[in-house]
This record gives sequence, structure tokens and C-alpha cells, in this order.
Amino acid sequence: MEKIRVENLTKIFGKHPNKVLQHLKNGMNREEISKTTKHTVGVGNVSFSVSEGETFVIMGLSGSGKSTLIRCINLLNKPTDGKIFVDDENILEFDKKKLREYRQNKVAMVFQHFGLFSHKNVIQNVEFGLEIKGVKKEQRYKKSMEMLKIVGLEGWEDYNISQLSGGMKQRVGLARALANDPEIMLMDEPFSALDPLIRRDMHDELLDIQSKFKKTIIFITHDVNEAFKLGDRIAVLKDGEIIQIGTPEEILDNPENDYISNFIQDIDRSRILKAENIMRKSAMKLGRLTKPKIALGIIDDSDFEYGFIIDRETGKVEGVVDADDVLRAGKEKISIEDVMHTNFKAVNKNAYVKEIIELALETKYPIAVLDDDERFVGRIHRGTLLKSLV
Amino acid sequence: MNEFPQLIDIKIGEVVEDFVKWLTINYSGVFQSIKGGILAVLLRMQDFLNWIPWFVIIALIFYAGWKSKNLKSGIIFAVMLLAIGFMGYWEQTVLTISVVITAVIISLILGIPLGIISAYKKRVDSIVRPILDAMQTMPSFVYLIPAIMLFGLGTVPAVFATTIYSLPPVIRLTNLAIKSVSKEIKEAAYSFGPTTWQTLTKVEIPQAMPTIMAGVNQTTMMAMAMVVVSSMIGAKGLGYNVLIAINRTDIAMGFEAGISIVFVAIIIDRLTQSIGEKFKYDK
Repeated sequence: MEKIRVENLTKIFGKHPNKVLQHLKNGMNREEISKTTKHTVGVGNVSFSVSEGETFVIMGLSGSGKSTLIRCINLLNKPTDGKIFVDDENILEFDKKKLREYRQNKVAMVFQHFGLFSHKNVIQNVEFGLEIKGVKKEQRYKKSMEMLKIVGLEGWEDYNISQLSGGMKQRVGLARALANDPEIMLMDEPFSALDPLIRRDMHDELLDIQSKFKKTIIFITHDVNEAFKLGDRIAVLKDGEIIQIGTPEEILDNPENDYISNFIQDIDRSRILKAENIMRKSAMKLGRLTKPKIALGIIDDSDFEYGFIIDRETGKVEGVVDADDVLRAGKEKISIEDVMHTNFKAVNKNAYVKEIIELALETKYPIAVLDDDERFVGRIHRGTLLKSLV
Repeated sequence: MNEFPQLIDIKIGEVVEDFVKWLTINYSGVFQSIKGGILAVLLRMQDFLNWIPWFVIIALIFYAGWKSKNLKSGIIFAVMLLAIGFMGYWEQTVLTISVVITAVIISLILGIPLGIISAYKKRVDSIVRPILDAMQTMPSFVYLIPAIMLFGLGTVPAVFATTIYSLPPVIRLTNLAIKSVSKEIKEAAYSFGPTTWQTLTKVEIPQAMPTIMAGVNQTTMMAMAMVVVSSMIGAKGLGYNVLIAINRTDIAMGFEAGISIVFVAIIIDRLTQSIGEKFKYDK
């Protein structure tokens, strides 16, 4: 279901944004506007929509307008033009009171430099949103303690903010946002200020939290790997405009232009692509009792080097054979079952390529790809693996 | 040759004089009630300070110095007060302090809200700022003239002049403090949908507190300086002794009264500063 819909959103910074908006509509570009009018186009004519429970990543370099864009969703920035629908209500038509209610109940934000209140301790920071809403003291304390537990900061509630490390600070920021039970989480480069190891922990933490709470998340980052790891869909922003929106696989497979190709060049594909993205579905499927002669016939007709022995009833893989094995079985008049190798490797279809590479080193046979019920769904050869990485 | 041509004769001084006269004639009731109000606070303050036995005051200051800074400071403060007492200036010191405290209280009641409002409203700021500039650069003696005209001689005009003189720092520093609360902290606050009042009281003022306290410290020190000058219009206290010493060229008395003022100033400065320190949160 659609949660947020942004239509033709424009944000211009400067004294007379509405005048400049006309220039923009008349086709003047960003640089001309900045030169002739001294106004900055933060975001220009951007449209997208985010479904409920989706993690939507907006990726772009600094100055691309991504922070401006995310601040329009909770109106920390007031858009110059366009519409933003949240649950089919145009939030730009909200009066002050409705806007406060919207911020109190529907949307919470996590900031790049944490935005924590240094005059409050950890638990008071987490309680802030509830305090603003007027929630009773015991109730908000209980709720906040719960949230601290979720982000792994149990026992730290009475510490001062200055006593925490960067990673812990952002956990507090996350707990503070979650404590409000928002339907939408806006995350403005939340992990950019953290060092790489902590950042990886926080990614896992976020994925974990997301699998429990299923919030609608808009996540800003300049880090391609982060974007591809966390995003259900990704929008690439450049000079205030979206140049491509798609799932990570779509963007990897079909980069819209050179800019995006360049962007995704240093991406570690092995951490993003999954077995099901690269596997081949066609395979020579044999039964345990298939006659070697028939098997040979299949080998002759096709270019399959290997065959998978699959149980007809359960769909489980029982072994692998190559052409020589089948030939031997034919000569010696024994069954496929007697010549098959059972030391093959299998992976779940959701396994990342990185894990599969390690498996591939241990076996010369193609790797079987299984679904969650362990049924055979495809195969991966070493060649396929290599190809997926470039 | 080098004489400035008096083509136009500007008599702004007379305009101001007429204005002050007009005020005294037409609004004497208002100023009488202000006078009554100030006097009530002042007298209560004096009575209160006189009511506390001297050794209790010294003990309290010792304790405050000890707790807020360290034992050494506590001892030094106590010794300073004892020295003032033994020189024979205890009574005058109490008078001086009560004027300072009264003036500071009035300054803070007026100054902190004004500082906050001018931080929020650009237009108020653009009006307040030049007035503050004038207030701070105008020689302090000048305030004494309208003070006498509006309130007559005595301690009340001294409190009035002292308040005017000590008001600017707290306004300026409150204004600066509220304005310099970091953008991200403010955005974080706004993102939870607070009212303006909630943002102010729960986030901005606490965040601004260290700088506001610096303003309070400055205001107190300015009041201390002005209370001495205002003895010229009849405020009793340490300043009055300085004035007498000048008239009689009595070096001994001048030094004793002078050093008493310095001691009081040091104690007030260190104590208000250390209160300010308490509000400094590590970022």
C-alpha cells in the first residue's frame, strides 16, 4: 500500500523563491539560476512514492539535495512547490496544529550528528517525543526503557550523552525516534559519522529492527554499499533531481546513464547480489533411477555438463553427476544412484554471492540453489559467479 | 577657518530634557509607584541581610565557595569578609550588596525575556540593539541625571541607574545564547512536533544556560561597578565612603572602602561564575 507520495516537489532557497520558481518552470537550469538570481535550487521537480513497510533509500553526493528532500517530508523545510501526500493527505495544507500532530504521531527523524540534547541524560532523550506528546511520566519511562533494550542500551539510561561513543549515541537517536511509535522514519545519513565496523553493526541492527517493526523508512546516504544493503528501492539524486529509481538489482543491471554506472562501479556486488539473482534455472534434472541411456541422451541433446539427481516427491537434491559418470554407469550397467556424488554444495536462494564464493572453492561441482523448503530451484557454476562480480 | 559652521542649530539635548521633564510632570504617579515597588524590594532585602547575623553570612559564603569551587576559595572568601568587617565596613557592604541584588533581580526579570524575544523576532532585535549600544557607551554618570529627576535623591534612583547600566549584558548574552543553539538540536526538537513554548523551555533555554549565566555574571559585575558611582546621588554604602574619601583626600579611607569593594566584587564574580560552570554540558 502506498504510504508517501511526492509529486513535483521543488525547494528553492533564497529571498524570492516563487519568482525563481517561474524561471525554473520556464526551463532555466540550476546553474543559470544560481548565477543570475543568487537562489539555490535544493530540489527540483522530484516525484516518487514509497509503500508501507518499505525502506526507500535516497542516494546522492553531497550537495545533491538529499538532506533538503528528506526535510521536506516532515516540513523542516517548507517546499516551494509540489505536493506531498502521506496516507492520501497533502501535508502541505496542514495548519500549525495539524503539523504538530503529524510530527508527534506519524513521523520521526534520526540525524547525521545525532541531534541529542546534551542537557538531558540517555533516558530523558529517549523520552523527549513522548514528553512533548504529554504522555504520563511512568508510562513514557516504561516505553523508553523498552526502546533502549531494543537498541541494546539496557543499563545505560542514567548516563550523560557525553559519556557515550558515537555508535551508542546513534542508538539513543534511534531509540528516541522509535519511542514515538512513528509510522514513518526519516533517517538523514544516520551512520555516516560512525566508523566502518560500528556502521556495519548498525546496519544489521536496523535490518533487525525493521524486520520486527516494519516501519516505512526513508533513508539518506552517500554510501553506495549502504544504499544497496539496506534499500528495498533506491533513488539516485543528482543536482536536486532523481535520475533513477529502482530495486538494487534493477539499478545494477540497468544503470540509467554513465553517472550511475560510475556511482555503482566501486560497489561490492558480492554483498548485494543473492543466489537467486545470478542462478540459472535450467538444469539437467535426473531421478535416482533414470536409466543411464536416457541420461546420456539428454546429455547429447543439450550442453549440460552436470546433472542433478532430484527426488521427484520432495524436490530435494540427492547428488550430482557429470557426463563421465553417466558414461561409466552405462558401460558397467549400474544405476545413476551408484555413480552420483553426494559431496556437492547447496545454498539457500537468499544467500549472498560472497558466501557462495567460499563454498565454490570447496567443490568442483555446480552449486545447487534451494528455496526455503529445500527444493531445487537453480544452479550456480563458478563461471556464473565470476560473471556476476563484473 | 577651522570652525564648524553653525548653519543648523541642533538642540537634541533640549528635546531630551523636555521629554524627561514632561515625564516627571505628567507621569509622576507612575514613577511614584515604581519607586514604591523598588523601595519595598530594597528594604526587604536590606532588612533580610541585616537580620542574618554576620557570622552566618560569612559561614554561608564560606560554604558556597567551598562547595562550588574548593576549600581554598571558601577560606579566601571568608577571610575577605572578615577583613571588611574588621576594617569597619560591614554595614556599608550589606547596603551595597542589597542595592546590587535588587538591581540584578530587576535586570534579569526584564533582560532574560527581552533577550529571548529579540532572538525570536528580528524586528525587536533591530530596535533593541542600537538602544543597547547607546546604553553601554553612554558614560555611566549620565544616567544619574534622569534618575534624580524621576525619583529624587537616595537609594531608589541608585537602583534605577544601576539597573539601566547593568541590563545590556544579560539581554545581549541571552539573545546570543538562544540564537546559537545548534541547528541540528533545534531541528531534532522540531521534528517531534513541540509547541514554541515547549521548544523554548525544554530545549533552547537549557541549551543556552551556560551563556545566559555568563550574562548574569556580567550583569552582576556591572551592577557592582555602577553602585559605587551611584553613591553620588545619595546611595549609602561603600561607594559613599569612597566619595567622602575623595572629597577629603583621605587616602586611608579611600583605600579601605576601595579594597572592600574589590573583595565583594571578587566573591560575587567567582560565585556566579561557578554557578555558570554547573550548566556546562559536554557536547
